[in-house]
Amino acid sequence: MILADISVVLPELSMAVLAMMALTVAAFGRGDDWAGAILWFAALLMAVLGVWIGLSPDGTRTAFGGAFINDGFARFAKVLVLFASAAVLILSKEYLVRFNLLKFEFPVLIVFATLGMMMMISAGDLMALYMGLELQSLSLYVVAAFRRDSLRSTEAGLKYFILGALSSGLLLYGASLVYGYAGTTGFAGISSTIGEDGLGLGMLFGLVFLSCGMAFKVSAAPFHMWTPDVYEGSPTPVTAFFATAPKVAAMIMFARLVHDAFGDAIGDWRQIAAFLALVSMFLGSVAAIGQRDIKRLMAYSSIAHMGFALMGLAAGGAEGVHALLVYMVIYLAMNIGVFAFILNMERDGEPVTEIAALGLYSRVQPARAVALAALLFSLAGIPPLVGFVGKLYVLKAAVDAGMTWLAIAGVIASVIGAFYYLRIVYLMYFGEPAEKLDGRMPATHYALLAASAASMVFGVVNLFGVDVLAAAAASALVQ
Amino acid sequence: MDNVLTITIFLPLLAAFILMVFLRGDDEAAQQNARRLSLVATVTTFLVSVAVFNRFDPNDTGFQFVEEYRWIGGLTYRVGVDGISVLLLMLTTFLMPVVIGACWNVTYRVKEYMIAFLVLESTMNAVFCALDLVFFYVVFEAGLIPMFLIVGIWGGRDRIYAAFKFFLYTLLGSVLMLVAMIAMWQDAGTTDIRQLLAHEFSSGPLSVLGFEIPGGFQTLLFLAFFASFAVKLPMWPVHTWLPDAHVQAPTAGSVVLAAVLLKMGGYGFLRFSLPMFPVASEILALLVMVLSVIAIIYTSLVAMMQEDMKKLIAYSSVAHMGFVTIGIFSASRQGVDGAIFQMLSHGFISAALFLGVGVIYDRMHTRDIDAYGGLVVRMPAYAMVFMLFTLANVGLPGTSGFVGEFLTLLAAFRSNTWIAFGATTGVILSAGYALWLYRRVIFGDLVKEGLKSIRDLDRREQLVMAPLVAMTLLLGVFPNIVLDVIGPSVGALLDQVEMARATAAFAAERLAGLN
Repeated sequence: MILADISVVLPELSMAVLAMMALTVAAFGRGDDWAGAILWFAALLMAVLGVWIGLSPDGTRTAFGGAFINDGFARFAKVLVLFASAAVLILSKEYLVRFNLLKFEFPVLIVFATLGMMMMISAGDLMALYMGLELQSLSLYVVAAFRRDSLRSTEAGLKYFILGALSSGLLLYGASLVYGYAGTTGFAGISSTIGEDGLGLGMLFGLVFLSCGMAFKVSAAPFHMWTPDVYEGSPTPVTAFFATAPKVAAMIMFARLVHDAFGDAIGDWRQIAAFLALVSMFLGSVAAIGQRDIKRLMAYSSIAHMGFALMGLAAGGAEGVHALLVYMVIYLAMNIGVFAFILNMERDGEPVTEIAALGLYSRVQPARAVALAALLFSLAGIPPLVGFVGKLYVLKAAVDAGMTWLAIAGVIASVIGAFYYLRIVYLMYFGEPAEKLDGRMPATHYALLAASAASMVFGVVNLFGVDVLAAAAASALVQ
Repeated sequence: MDNVLTITIFLPLLAAFILMVFLRGDDEAAQQNARRLSLVATVTTFLVSVAVFNRFDPNDTGFQFVEEYRWIGGLTYRVGVDGISVLLLMLTTFLMPVVIGACWNVTYRVKEYMIAFLVLESTMNAVFCALDLVFFYVVFEAGLIPMFLIVGIWGGRDRIYAAFKFFLYTLLGSVLMLVAMIAMWQDAGTTDIRQLLAHEFSSGPLSVLGFEIPGGFQTLLFLAFFASFAVKLPMWPVHTWLPDAHVQAPTAGSVVLAAVLLKMGGYGFLRFSLPMFPVASEILALLVMVLSVIAIIYTSLVAMMQEDMKKLIAYSSVAHMGFVTIGIFSASRQGVDGAIFQMLSHGFISAALFLGVGVIYDRMHTRDIDAYGGLVVRMPAYAMVFMLFTLANVGLPGTSGFVGEFLTLLAAFRSNTWIAFGATTGVILSAGYALWLYRRVIFGDLVKEGLKSIRDLDRREQLVMAPLVAMTLLLGVFPNIVLDVIGPSVGALLDQVEMARATAAFAAERLAGLN
């Protein structure tokens, strides 16, 4: 029995063991001298695990009495999260070395956070969900404050910690209500208590509190307040990490929770998701207009994007989840590219994050400017770039689910949002010339930026098959 | 050779790709290579489209040269042309070499400039060939990116404001259309334009937020599409982006904008609004016509008072597009024929007028009408050419401008005398502003010091102007070249509209009888 369970969680288990081994070895050994090697090892480990999980056989396997679910949906999401984390680790290396931040704890913490995400993705029980979530969050609190000598970074870490604790509290409160009224924490058990007449009042309150906690983790408005400050204050590689893998994991967890545990109460959680989507899209689009700092801008941009992804969730069903997955993949690809660029914005060895510094950047670095412009148009969702295809999927799902009003609101928000992406393009191509940025771009960053931009342009041909895989994954969650 | 349309769409894109990847450096030789390659690419594209036109059978009212390939998410890359779109495709491919010729003496970032125009041509060709709803939307919007950069990078002093206004205005119009397209996709279960043309969208009663909507679902879809095409065309009162964009855009950008991009709006009305939502377009026809008449009169009056030549021509474009919408929504044979003719002819005339302004702007670096006068003394050939296009713009018989206006006015007269009265007033006003412009710029005494050494058209400019002169006269004298090609397709389209309206009216009567 236990062996059967272990075989299901083998990737997670091996990841945990290796991460702890690395921690022990480094702590007792040469510590930070080995940090670079550990970082590469961690990235490699995650990439290998990603391939392993991606190639593992189809079908749904559960472990620990249903607390851990390994199905097609989870595997798809895990591959995403693992590759995203690996990419961010590779991106962060140069930056950490340059600013003397390369401590061996960094890659280990990222691995633990990723492990937590994999738990969240596979959780089939509120307890397992909370464990995964906390493992992820605790690691993230620490990396947010990783630049200990910087006031902004420690502030970001503290802020994130306090607000994160609050959201965990909300989530736990919801979980306890659900447990109280359903008598179980397993998703399947919760689902079976939902009768013909929908959710009881207690369960409904539980669902609302759970959703609030989730919304906090995906940084959906009105639970977004931490995002801009944490994004701005954290070291840029950490910001890149925040913007990518944890968002996917939290969104996937949200999707699984509402479909597996509250699948029959779609009318109830749909309202919540639609509200979060609506508010996030508008807040993300409008608030970003006034930003002068590119990291803050990306924070609002991710809020708006989470709004769109939540539109897919609100649509619900296999089509909605499919749209959500496609959207998240595209979101990941775009963000990795953009952060590969931001990591190299520096002047005289100091990182620069003001948008104005990009004035006439196309004269300084034409190739990078073209790549960033492609990514920005894609973020804005202008066809024929891939960002548009993601929006098309969620809009289609929303209209098919009878939420045309949400789709209309979404497209209007996307026009507002287009303004601030365009503003960066305008600065780069025909703005006021700024003092030159002289960041030297390492080959790995260049490769990721170019790959990300190229996939935005050429992906419109067939989305590299992601579409089909996402459809299969979505049908694993929603039969 | 079954994929000629794909070749016309992707050939410019391929050339742009080659420029982007293989052309290095920014010296004189590299610039010259960029120009030459673009010219070769656009001319070749034109020749391919001539091949399309050659083998096109006007009597077949269906779509020809259809190609289909599977695309993402159940969508299809599907292209094809009928009598209506083939000529607009020809207009685009014909004008692009002219446009490339017009920007021959640009020296700032030539390579990128050429890339932008080549990409733009690809998207424009694709718009006129698209037979899939989503593919149409993708290419319809994709053109915004190169145009934004063209206005922004190579534009005039207030280019930033103009570029943003252009982009956001058109984007806002189009996203509503996107939602409507998705709703159509859901309703009909397909994105194939041919099937959608045959699909009957519900026009039964429908109430939204307590408001009873006449024409129901069709009206909602119509309004969403209208938001997009009315901005693109542009119609009063959403035309204000156009004068800004035109004034700030470089000459070649203005030419493309006026000659082709505006036609996308008219084409959209013809391809989607009229045949797919026949009942809604009947209900709203009067509104559209009234807006068009207001546009014609109001913008003509505004044009009269302009100080800036480009702005004047831009306003005159808005007025001329008013005839197009009147023609289309009269839903009569002459009206639609005239509208298409007007689009084609305006393509040539407005292109030539903007080029004409560009010629003297290149020499004097000002577009102020007051800065000129008496040019006929130094520039007789220019005066001649400008005269031709000024008169064509007014609609002088013998030029292509006459045919389109006459046919649409005829159709307007049949459907509503007051509309015809208003529109005809616009013709008179157009004579006013066009001839006054001509008098102030060309005639009078040559007193301005700077003008005393101005040169006449050089060889390149003559070559650029020549095809436009030829087409304007040719279409003016033999309008049947166009009318024979579009005739059968327009006839089929109108028959279908007629039938759909009759069916809907019958259904509504039955419903009323039952109640």
